[in-house]
Amino acid sequence: MPHISIRNLNVSYDGHSALQNITVDIPDGQITAIIGPSGCGKTTLLKSCNRLIDLTDGVKLSGEVLIDGANILDPSVDVMQLRRKMGLLSQKPYPLPMSIYENVAYGPRIHGLRDRRKLDRIVEQCLQAASLWGEVKDRLRAPAAKLSVGQQQRLCLARALAVDPEVLLADEPTSALDPQSAQLVEKRLTELKGKYTILIVTHILRQAKRLADYVLFMYLGELIEHGPAADVFTHPRHERTRAYVGGEVS
Amino acid sequence: MMKLRVLEEYVVKALMVLACLIVAGSLVGVVAVMLVKGLPVLRLKMLVQVSQGGSSLGQEGGILNAILGSLCLGLGGTLGAILLALPIVSFLQRDYGGRTLFGKFTRLALDVLWGIPSIVYGAFGFIIMLYLGIRASLLGGIIALTLVELPIMARGMDEVARLVPMELKEASYAVGSTRLEVTLKVTWRQCLPGFVTAVLLAFGRGIGDAASVLFTAGYSEFLPRSVMEPVASLPIAVYQQYLSPFPEVQQRAYVSATTLLVIVLLVSILSRLSAARFARHVVR
Repeated sequence: MPHISIRNLNVSYDGHSALQNITVDIPDGQITAIIGPSGCGKTTLLKSCNRLIDLTDGVKLSGEVLIDGANILDPSVDVMQLRRKMGLLSQKPYPLPMSIYENVAYGPRIHGLRDRRKLDRIVEQCLQAASLWGEVKDRLRAPAAKLSVGQQQRLCLARALAVDPEVLLADEPTSALDPQSAQLVEKRLTELKGKYTILIVTHILRQAKRLADYVLFMYLGELIEHGPAADVFTHPRHERTRAYVGGEVS
Repeated sequence: MMKLRVLEEYVVKALMVLACLIVAGSLVGVVAVMLVKGLPVLRLKMLVQVSQGGSSLGQEGGILNAILGSLCLGLGGTLGAILLALPIVSFLQRDYGGRTLFGKFTRLALDVLWGIPSIVYGAFGFIIMLYLGIRASLLGGIIALTLVELPIMARGMDEVARLVPMELKEASYAVGSTRLEVTLKVTWRQCLPGFVTAVLLAFGRGIGDAASVLFTAGYSEFLPRSVMEPVASLPIAVYQQYLSPFPEVQQRAYVSATTLLVIVLLVSILSRLSAARFARHVVR
């Protein structure tokens, strides 16, 4: 059974439909890219997977999002534990208003870890996994807000990894970064797959081609086509996918 | 056409500078008058002795009772307002009840309360005290000042807290935070410098307010010893001294007023310095 399995998911905001009848299995341990033109529901789909969508006013969900076989849309689900399993990288990096060290230690701390040595170890490991350790190891107590945007995004990756998630959700994680930082983040994501199931929303077709093993193409709230990246990019079955992948629609 | 735009630029900037000059000039003017009138009669012993022979008649003694009284009232009222404002502001966040009808009504209520003259709070506090059988006392004054300061502080904090980007909170929710953890560890920390400003605005208003403490705190010749006893305050001292028939006592009003100003200034500087330590973590 796959980690994430979506069944007949419908989402609407104040009565306006944003996602219609999405049904798809996200393959484990691979990078799945969600592509499609702006406003097609990519981010909505991503945020449905960790229920951050709950924070939006007037949102209504129906259908099922099964994570490890359990429907996370069930009101009885412990969202705190759920979100812990689903690391998030947002479009613009938002470090928390605290030091670099505290940013990474934040997650483990709220989940009850107090042991200083364990925290130190987690912080070092996660910063290394996000390839930031070398740049910040001498100023762990410095404010995270003082880092460059590219460093901040890698810090956000380290913060997400620190709670030991199973899935990484990334919402256009490189769109605010300079090309070099973007490359670093992409490289890390490629290295992290296998250990994590990665779901990435991207506007950049070339990025999807570089990273993705599996692709979902969405259009106006519908899942038009999905399949292994090689198939979708070289032999799109659907007219709209062909137009989008061919660069006719953006 | 180009020339008109350049002219526009100059005129508008001149108007802005003029407006700022009026503010800065008022402060300089007020301070100058107080110093010119107050300095000649200022004696160090005035600051370390309690008043003798009544504040409006006494030409001897000092204003230590009013200084300490004002500090107790101002700090007490500010503390009271902080204790109420923080939960109110947290509730007004969209994470809790900010978007509900109750939340919106609370915000409206704060706006309206802001406009109420402080003498009304004084009278209101006085009625409650009569009902409870408490006489004019430090406690009564603190309660009245808490009410005076609350709307200023809470609305100031609310405006700052509403500026916290939703994405910043999402970043915290995404690792599994509860609403309380997001509020305390992210929103409050992010807002700290703005919160300090709101507290200072409220403190300045509170410690300088005479009308609300007139009935509720009363006046006393002695140093504050118990929260149940009346206390003196600088604004009331200024008022009484200025009404005195003796020119010497009238002059002492300027010393009291200057002292009040210096207290507000010192507290502002100290709070700003301590807030700067935390402001370095604020995410932009």
